[in-house]
Amino acid sequence: MSELAQSSVAELGRLLAAKQVSAVELAELFLARIDAHRDLNAFLDVRPEATLAQARDADRRRAQGETGALLGVPMAHKDIFVTREWASTASSKMLEGYMSPFDATVVEQLRTAGMVCLGKLNCDEFAMGSSNENSAYGPVLNPWDKGAVPGGSSGGSSAAVAARIAPVATATDTGGSIREPAAFTGITGTKPTYGRPSRWGMIAFASSLDTAGLMTHSAEDAALVLSSMLGFDPKDSTSVDRPAEDCARDLAKPVKGLRIGVPKEFFGAGLSPDVEQAVRAALDVYRGLGAEIREISLPNAALGIPVYYVVAPAECSSNLSRFDGVRYGHRAKHHGDLADMIKRSRAEGLGPEPKRRILIGAYVLSHGYYDAYYLKAQQVRRLIADEFQRAFTECDVIAGPVTTTVAFGFGEKAADPVSMYLADLYTVPGSLAGIPSMSIPCGFGDKGRPVGLQLMANYFDEARMLGAAHQYQLATDWHKRVPAGF
Amino acid sequence: MARSHPNWEVVIGLETHAQLSTRSKIFSSASTAFGAAPNSQASVVDLALPGVLPVLNRGAVERAIRFGLAVGAKISPRSVFARKNYFYPDLPKGYQISQYELPVVVGGTVRIQVGDVEKIVQLTRAHLEEDAGKSLHEDFHGMSGIDLNRAGTPLLEIVTEPDMRSAAEAVAYAKALHALVQWIGICDGNMQEGSFRCDANVSVRPMGSDKLGTRCEIKNLNSFRFLEQAIEHEVDRQIELIEGGGTVVQETRLYDPDRDETRAMRSKEDAQDYRYFPDPDLLPLVIADDWIERVRAEMPELPEAKRARLEREHGLAPYDAAALTATREMADWFEATLAALPGQAKLCANWIMGEVSARLNRDEIELAQAPITATALAGLLARVVDGTLSGKMAKEVFDAMWAGEGSADAIIEARGLKQISDSGAIEKIIDDVLAANPKSVEEFRAGKDKAFNALVGQVMKASKGKANPQQVNDLLRAKLG
Repeated sequence: MSELAQSSVAELGRLLAAKQVSAVELAELFLARIDAHRDLNAFLDVRPEATLAQARDADRRRAQGETGALLGVPMAHKDIFVTREWASTASSKMLEGYMSPFDATVVEQLRTAGMVCLGKLNCDEFAMGSSNENSAYGPVLNPWDKGAVPGGSSGGSSAAVAARIAPVATATDTGGSIREPAAFTGITGTKPTYGRPSRWGMIAFASSLDTAGLMTHSAEDAALVLSSMLGFDPKDSTSVDRPAEDCARDLAKPVKGLRIGVPKEFFGAGLSPDVEQAVRAALDVYRGLGAEIREISLPNAALGIPVYYVVAPAECSSNLSRFDGVRYGHRAKHHGDLADMIKRSRAEGLGPEPKRRILIGAYVLSHGYYDAYYLKAQQVRRLIADEFQRAFTECDVIAGPVTTTVAFGFGEKAADPVSMYLADLYTVPGSLAGIPSMSIPCGFGDKGRPVGLQLMANYFDEARMLGAAHQYQLATDWHKRVPAGF
Repeated sequence: MARSHPNWEVVIGLETHAQLSTRSKIFSSASTAFGAAPNSQASVVDLALPGVLPVLNRGAVERAIRFGLAVGAKISPRSVFARKNYFYPDLPKGYQISQYELPVVVGGTVRIQVGDVEKIVQLTRAHLEEDAGKSLHEDFHGMSGIDLNRAGTPLLEIVTEPDMRSAAEAVAYAKALHALVQWIGICDGNMQEGSFRCDANVSVRPMGSDKLGTRCEIKNLNSFRFLEQAIEHEVDRQIELIEGGGTVVQETRLYDPDRDETRAMRSKEDAQDYRYFPDPDLLPLVIADDWIERVRAEMPELPEAKRARLEREHGLAPYDAAALTATREMADWFEATLAALPGQAKLCANWIMGEVSARLNRDEIELAQAPITATALAGLLARVVDGTLSGKMAKEVFDAMWAGEGSADAIIEARGLKQISDSGAIEKIIDDVLAANPKSVEEFRAGKDKAFNALVGQVMKASKGKANPQQVNDLLRAKLG
């Protein structure tokens, strides 16, 4: 059965269609694996009865003649998506045990497609972090090296897929929260265009950046599941009014003649040699496949970090104001008047990283500083987005490293928030522009830890990006490597 | 009573919150109906549960456009919703979605009249925003209750320039605005339920000065009387303060109608920094010309235009035309009556402003609840015009109609109220009366005019009030030579 656990979503779908396995059997298999690997701390809430009820439902639907590539395939949700059947905490003490009365749109979409939810995945508190060390429920371990972080904020999602305790997981990316953990755990992490997946039911961190996406074994799986997640949602005003599409349509397209832009700024002083080597080797693979590798320049990309750490905290400081202990969530047991109740509830319920960002955000929005910080940051953000548009006149996709280093160890950066923030150096520009981008495994670096290759494409060009990733994965087997013991 | 301050000029600007009459809230599909059980009309969006997002109600925007057109303002082709951040238990998100730098309506004017003086009040802007919930500090024994039914109710905040110079002008403006928002159907104007409430910015300066004094803002005035009293009180307070050697501190004050005084709520120093920024959950509000034109095409005739037309087309006196256009219901009623009785504008106007208004007042009801329709009234007045009824008889019939006894014709028939206009019949009655009252005839001939009236009275009495009074007069005079 352990071989079954290594199967991709596409393979599981075929096995289910051929009646070689049932949704209930798959659910039981993965629930057992989740239980066996509790030490990873990837899951925050597992309710076998709820999972098995969904699996039985999927089997019934199939018996009634329903087909569908995802019908009965297990998956898990990052605990940023609200769910009716599992607690929705955003990994915060503030929302401990919180049960949402509704499902996020993405949750609903995958449920409609017949996927079976295994439970909720750990992450950095309110998706703020790059190592998953900021979870109120403890860190997640990297299956490749339990002394290393799995990346963040979607660390539970990355670890679960890397350890094959879930074949696919949802994740969210605000400044790199899908791509960085995917790179650190040797899996495929995909962030589509901002506004394509709905944000309804995603616990907001930075509304203008938050994007739902996926952690998968492969680009093929990402294309398959993503096709069910896009499309206009009238409940989200920033949702793009475009029909859903088949993201797998370009998978078979050869990359011969594909123009791959490589930003020279992504290979500067901060990049460690082991990562650079693996990334350059990956570019050679593309060259060998007939792609045209071109150097491009994104001169303002380096401003991404300061811009991001103004815009994201500003939005977060406002988004997290609703957690006041009045209507739901943590309320301080001892308090004075109403104002004191709100203060104490927030002081107790929110962790240090959300507090830090709320302070930064409140500062940059405050009277007299708004123009110098927030407004200026938005102007530079526009420059960065424009820069990508110019780049995409010269190339079809952009490739480069995801991170400066391989996964770091626990505690290595926790004491120095700025060095932690710099982990997002290569991922933040794509987030600020809102373009689709992804990380695919391309080898191993120091201490045998995985390295990711970042691919970016223009707005709504997910299919082309996934096609380029799939062609690489046809030529390599990095994405099939599984950490020892899993 | 207002004291007179000949050496001081009063400067007033008003901010009015008009609740827009949409059925659902501005960013959620929850109902806006008033008076439901606490929190029964708060959706997941209004409760600000994790993961919810706002979606703008286009009906609220349409009402803002209607307002902008009615006051001759500029409708912004692009306006932006911003978050106003502050913590309060009845503000579920910890911020209010409002408009800050780019409001939907810019400029505009409202014409007011105080006594015989007409004045134009300039509007600064009008913007869309959501209301907060309600905190109930009583009845919970040391705790507070929160009702979020009102949270997310659409408001149009209408801001004037500091153009008003007295409490009377401020009240005249508030009344004109109150009538206008109801006229164009964007607000029910119900002040008891908080659908229309004013904040007044009040300052004073020495007469002749062109520098504005320090202002105080008086919050949440929900009746015209309170508005007037609060401003008058605040003016007295500020002048007394300055004349006593003190200075006015910029602050927000609350008016206490029970004690007729304002008291400080918070000063400028503890004013919060609201950290406004564009709401990233909402796209900029783009209003294309064709949307504006669509709204314009559906606009009712505005009160001023209607008043002018009533004077011009129907020859009504300015006073009558103004009274009939005080509310849209009244104007519609008048026009419906007139449509059924063309050419009788003056008669219709007199009856509506007289009998109809008097009974509405007596019964404390609105026109919409009146027991008779405009066409029914026209049916009655037609019988006056054709001479079937005398004025006095018409009033009797009107009372019966008001009591629900049916149409004018049915009542005339049932009560046998038809006026006698047959001169032969009237002459016969007159002959009888003259024969029976020789004394009165003699007195009249001796020059006593009063005797004539007594004879008319006798004739009317003999006819049981049905004789046409004009004919009685004419015939009697002819007979007495």
